[in-house]
Amino acid sequence: MAMRIRNLASRRTMMMNSSPISGLRSMSSSWWKNVEPAPKDPILGVTEAFLADPSPDKVNVGVGAYRDDNGKPVVLDCVREAERRIAGTSFMEYLPMGGSVKMVEETLKLAYGDNSEFVKDKRIAAVQSLSGTGACRLFADFQKRFCPGSQIYIPVPTWSNHHNIWRDAQVPQKTYHYYHPETKGLDFKGLMDDVKNAPEGSFFLLHACAHNPTGVDPTEEQWREISQLFKAKNHFAFFDMAYQGFASGDPARDAKSIRIFLEDGHHIGISQSYAKNMGLYGQRVGCLSVLCENEKQAVTVKSQLQQLARPMYSNPPLHGAQIVSTILGDPELKSLWLKEVKIMADRIIGMRTTLRESLEKLGSPLSWEHVTKQIGMFCYSGLTPEQVDRLTSEYHIYMTRNGRISMAGVTTGNVGYLANAIHEVTKSS
Amino acid sequence: MASSMLSLGSTSLLPREFIKDKLKLGASGSNTFLKAKSFSRVTMSVAAVKPSRFEGITMAPPDPILGVSEAFKADTNELKLNLGVGAYRTEELQPYVLNVVKKAENLMLERGDNKEYLPIEGLAAFNKATAELLFGAGHPVIKEQKVATIQGLSGTGSLRLAAALIERYFPGAKVLISAPTWGNHKNIFNDAKVPWSEYRYYDPKTIGLDFEGMIADIKEAPEGSFILLHGCAHNPTGIDPTPEQWVKIADVIQEKNHIPFFDVAYQGFASGSLDEDASSVRLFAERGMEFFVAQSYSKNLGLYAERIGAINVVCSSADAATRVKSQLKRIARPMYSNPPVHGARIVANVVGDAAMFNEWKAEMEMMAGRIKTVRQKLYDSLVSKDKSGKDWSFILKQIGMFSFTGLNKAQSDNMTNKWHVYMTKDGRISLAGLSMAKCEYLADAIIDSYHNVS
Repeated sequence: MAMRIRNLASRRTMMMNSSPISGLRSMSSSWWKNVEPAPKDPILGVTEAFLADPSPDKVNVGVGAYRDDNGKPVVLDCVREAERRIAGTSFMEYLPMGGSVKMVEETLKLAYGDNSEFVKDKRIAAVQSLSGTGACRLFADFQKRFCPGSQIYIPVPTWSNHHNIWRDAQVPQKTYHYYHPETKGLDFKGLMDDVKNAPEGSFFLLHACAHNPTGVDPTEEQWREISQLFKAKNHFAFFDMAYQGFASGDPARDAKSIRIFLEDGHHIGISQSYAKNMGLYGQRVGCLSVLCENEKQAVTVKSQLQQLARPMYSNPPLHGAQIVSTILGDPELKSLWLKEVKIMADRIIGMRTTLRESLEKLGSPLSWEHVTKQIGMFCYSGLTPEQVDRLTSEYHIYMTRNGRISMAGVTTGNVGYLANAIHEVTKSS
Repeated sequence: MASSMLSLGSTSLLPREFIKDKLKLGASGSNTFLKAKSFSRVTMSVAAVKPSRFEGITMAPPDPILGVSEAFKADTNELKLNLGVGAYRTEELQPYVLNVVKKAENLMLERGDNKEYLPIEGLAAFNKATAELLFGAGHPVIKEQKVATIQGLSGTGSLRLAAALIERYFPGAKVLISAPTWGNHKNIFNDAKVPWSEYRYYDPKTIGLDFEGMIADIKEAPEGSFILLHGCAHNPTGIDPTPEQWVKIADVIQEKNHIPFFDVAYQGFASGSLDEDASSVRLFAERGMEFFVAQSYSKNLGLYAERIGAINVVCSSADAATRVKSQLKRIARPMYSNPPVHGARIVANVVGDAAMFNEWKAEMEMMAGRIKTVRQKLYDSLVSKDKSGKDWSFILKQIGMFSFTGLNKAQSDNMTNKWHVYMTKDGRISLAGLSMAKCEYLADAIIDSYHNVS
């Protein structure tokens, strides 16, 4: 990075010292000579590679997008119905900078509870965001602007884009222990030690449920202990909740960690996304909320969040927000949605069981208990990068190199093939 | 209608009959987690928690443009007129959804398109269509793949991506923006940490272009500066360079090795012709220059709320374009991962179908035509009512959605406070929000504010 900047600087000096005639740069040279090709995004790049593969056996267990048992993307029926109702009704005028008020209201209920006193007391600063990514980015920028000396503690491992987000917001990052490779479970002691040793008032990124990429979540008791320690250290908890409903099938249950922190009096921040649980991936619908001391502060904080959004995209897109508020605002549609979410979660839970049983039936020397213990869309298989590469090159199975399997891409049609391939690349380990 | 669902590779989770019968599915389960007694626990805990770390945060100022609409909504006077935000209105002062947009949306609904993530760079069909609209389908820069195009969050988002690229690859380089310019330009470069300065543009004496000043300031800028230009229908003034002036602007930019950066938010809206409105951009492309172009479909396709636009970087080689595109993606990923699909599909459908494309062109001509007609009526009203002999012809010379009236802040305030005419404090009125019926009222307000307030 530094070399690139120095090269640019010396080039500019050269240019400024030369005579400024037109054609100083020949047609074949370019302003962009020093722009290197960016590395492929580790997650989205997997799908690109998968799409380019002509093999009929190929399996995509890369990106976390739900597939039905035929491996097809799904548009929820509640979404289709909502779109039918919306069609032709809107003027497409700009949303306010903070987005759709109705959609935000409904979204807060999901996270904070249907009868939350924080909602009633208007203590939550909340804006519609560009899905979870946009919510995290707005918060990171907000953190940078108003707590400029602060850092963010990020779990190891985490969704890779978390690192990009806080880096581009120029907030320094630190990590905390999370995944325990030996048990393929939670390194609770390591986590608590890191929380304890962090300077008072540190910012922590927590996955509310269905941790991405490991699928390893703290138990309820562990969440309570984490919350107590956060209180003692006066830490700020920022929850990324991208999978509410997808972990257990019950959105209320999946918000338990958040509810514990709220009960304990923390003023938290939350990023929510409808990409997975409502299947609205491409619509980019989410919400950023920050719980404040009182209504006045919430209004103030919201105004500053809007101030950050304005030079990024002015105001958020309408279509997805309309779908969300139509569904959540209608008791029948909401009911239908909850049913569909449970179906998706149950299918994944079923596939976890089948995958584990298949591997055990094949006589794998390894333990695959973690496949069913982990929760949510992803399974942290424990496969090494080299084993993953073999799965791709020999079996046309696509996943991220950290060994993360998107269970949403596993079907009754491919689970046998997948189990066999995994067995083949691991049986000698 | 419910039976004609042709899914493109997507399915339902539940059998169709299930939904059609609208079975009573029962309550989703009450929230058992917030017990009544937790309230007192919370208040006790709040007292024990230290004061908020957000204590020192002050209220952000209302947005100068979007805040106008909010003030207008709050006004109960029936004479009120909203000439604030640049959003097209019909003669009945209603928002307008283009017929082609409705058609495209119906098509999309019937097809049952899925809602999967777009790639980071957006919808391929949209990216192809948008570059072709801008440069012309057969243009060498497109044929030779020298343009890096990625879908952005309308004009704002596209500008921001380019600004971030500038900050990353041209540290210390400055962007020159016109005085005045769209208010959010400064915010974008500030938040992207790109230094900026102004070049003279608006001449209050002529209510026209300060061309000498503009050329001089561009000449004086350090070599390799970025020059932000409005492709057509300058916002907020409505004052565009003539074709001859554009040639001279291109000359001086080339001479100084600057990088042009076009903001094209009104293609088709200025003259009514998509091609004519792209002529400034195409002039620069002819010169073989490398430059940026940000586009928006908010106005010309009425897709304001769907946030659809693009950033194009014209490079001197296909290789450079590939590399630049990859870096733009790297900037977008930590901002929003991938752009929203709905608006992109609408544009791709409209542009991709010959009949719909022609229909769009006709609707655009209609919208631009209404604005030209209203300009004429406003001018006629001013001339007939104002006996001072002031030259109001600048109204006719200006182009696009906006007119810079020449009113100062106090006079603009008078427009609002006395006449309930809502506009921005820089004297800009949006003609898109003006009806023929209101022209005389507006003329009265302008004449009063201009002559009786200083």
